[in-house]
Amino acid sequence: MSGLDPLRLTALEAKRLLREGEVSAAELTSLYLRRIAAVEPLVHAYIQVCADDAARYAALIDSEMTASRGALAGLPTAIKDNMVTEGVVSTSGSRILQSYSPVYTATAVRKLFDEHVVMLGKTNLDEFAMGSSTENSAFHATRNPWDVGTVPGGSSGGSAAAVAAGEALWALGSDTGGSIRQPASLCGIVGMKPTYGAVSRYGLVAFASSLDQIGPLTRSVGDAALLLRHISGADPQDSTSVGLPFEVEVPTAERLDGVRVGVPREYLAAGIDDGVRTRFDETLRLLEDLGAGLTEISLPHTEHALAAYYIIAPAEASANLARFDGVRYGYRAAGCDDLVEMYERTRSEGFGAEVKRRIMIGTYALSSGYYDAYYGQAQRVRRLVKDDFDAAFAQLDLIVSPTSPSVAFAVGSRTDDPLAMYMSDLCTIPVNLAGLPAISIPCGLSEGLPVGFQLIGPAFSENALLSAAHALERAIGFAAVPELRGAGQAVAEVTP
Amino acid sequence: MITQSDVRYVARLARLHLDDDEAQRMTGELARILEHVAKIGELDLGSVTPMAHVLDVVNVDRADKPRPGLTREDALRNAPAVADDGFRVPRMSR
Repeated sequence: MSGLDPLRLTALEAKRLLREGEVSAAELTSLYLRRIAAVEPLVHAYIQVCADDAARYAALIDSEMTASRGALAGLPTAIKDNMVTEGVVSTSGSRILQSYSPVYTATAVRKLFDEHVVMLGKTNLDEFAMGSSTENSAFHATRNPWDVGTVPGGSSGGSAAAVAAGEALWALGSDTGGSIRQPASLCGIVGMKPTYGAVSRYGLVAFASSLDQIGPLTRSVGDAALLLRHISGADPQDSTSVGLPFEVEVPTAERLDGVRVGVPREYLAAGIDDGVRTRFDETLRLLEDLGAGLTEISLPHTEHALAAYYIIAPAEASANLARFDGVRYGYRAAGCDDLVEMYERTRSEGFGAEVKRRIMIGTYALSSGYYDAYYGQAQRVRRLVKDDFDAAFAQLDLIVSPTSPSVAFAVGSRTDDPLAMYMSDLCTIPVNLAGLPAISIPCGLSEGLPVGFQLIGPAFSENALLSAAHALERAIGFAAVPELRGAGQAVAEVTP
Repeated sequence: MITQSDVRYVARLARLHLDDDEAQRMTGELARILEHVAKIGELDLGSVTPMAHVLDVVNVDRADKPRPGLTREDALRNAPAVADDGFRVPRMSR
């Protein structure tokens, strides 16, 4: 038990130690709960920590589940708070759901519970997953454990920061336009968005239903494969879920001989920071060393993809968020004696600025007289974006890019400029429009902060994608861990 | 160009109440975002079929067999106000 470092331990290693009796579920859970107690005051990764329930359940696994243990028994797990959990308040980072206690559990989470994971708590996010910095939470901003003066990315910033800071072994997030991959990149961990439909969205509070997908945030590619294996699958409760037509394998590849890799020039055209570009170019050379062949390619509708996304996602959000009306659950404005007034005041007091902004854009884009000009045209652009990828993958196995054009940016530095925040998702958004699987892995540091490398594959190519990411992860050998820079005196007290 | 009265009209459709400051700020922000998304207007999209969804979505049937649903008690558990086993709301007309 002694010597386990929550900043370095992988789930695959923890699983082995548990199986061999080297560590108990209670000891492992205690390790993370102590780490949470030490660093959470600086990182603020969680909205709610379920310390007592986690400790009690871990003890139960140790004492009573000797023969009947699930495949993930005792692994301490964090869940993004837009996935509903029965009897555990699930806020989606919104004041409107501040005290909402769901009466059912999201399928992806249920599947993990069925394998006896220990849930450490519910992680922070931009309200309803709308944002790229986790500053739009109604409760608090999460800080990046590499430098607490910077953001962890978003919207799954709580899950990413928790894993990076050693406050969870691994975590679930959701990705609508980059919300798993970008925070994974900024926090120096692995984040994967599966093919659309691989994982059930039942119980994921809907943002943009045709784009949303749940996926893993982990310390290694192998862990991402293990977690994906257990959350994927068709679900009668989500008619858009189809599962994966194969068992997800924990990757072992060491070489990439003959793998054809495309580098889209549009993703590198503008706005990539020099330090990110340097790490990216070095990683391309590693791909070549591993035997992969590189080709420069064009995805000509990349900029239009961003524009289409900022119509389609708000349009779907404006419809999905219509359900929050103060009638059946959630916040209700007090003292209203008229129904419409109650709706308007409830929503105006319950939603934050970014959510209102997107509801307004979406409602405008869907309103009579503008529908064809905006939503209809955006759906046509979406077709072209998918056609671009289809044409590329007719000749290629993988497409690679930086995950984010910059490293973690300073807290508060982009909150006044929503459009600039949107532009930083250029490399991740087209992937969601086309429904493809993609993974971000850390490829080095720039200015002392992590840089993410994105690999994109054709639909349902998860095993090949994970294999390539694993081989590359080995070659990169990223071993740095966050030091809570900027926390001043507090650092000495919390470093294990 | 989107105007403040457009913004107020859309807010009414979206059941949002915006105060004067919010309406003014929102008008500027929406104008900038709409200006950016207008970029798709430069494409010739006449012959492109709109794509609502990446999967070839087919209708899913299941056996028409009764099974337990949400109980009334569970359905009302998070309700802000309850009366007579139902959701209590303010009156519908002014």
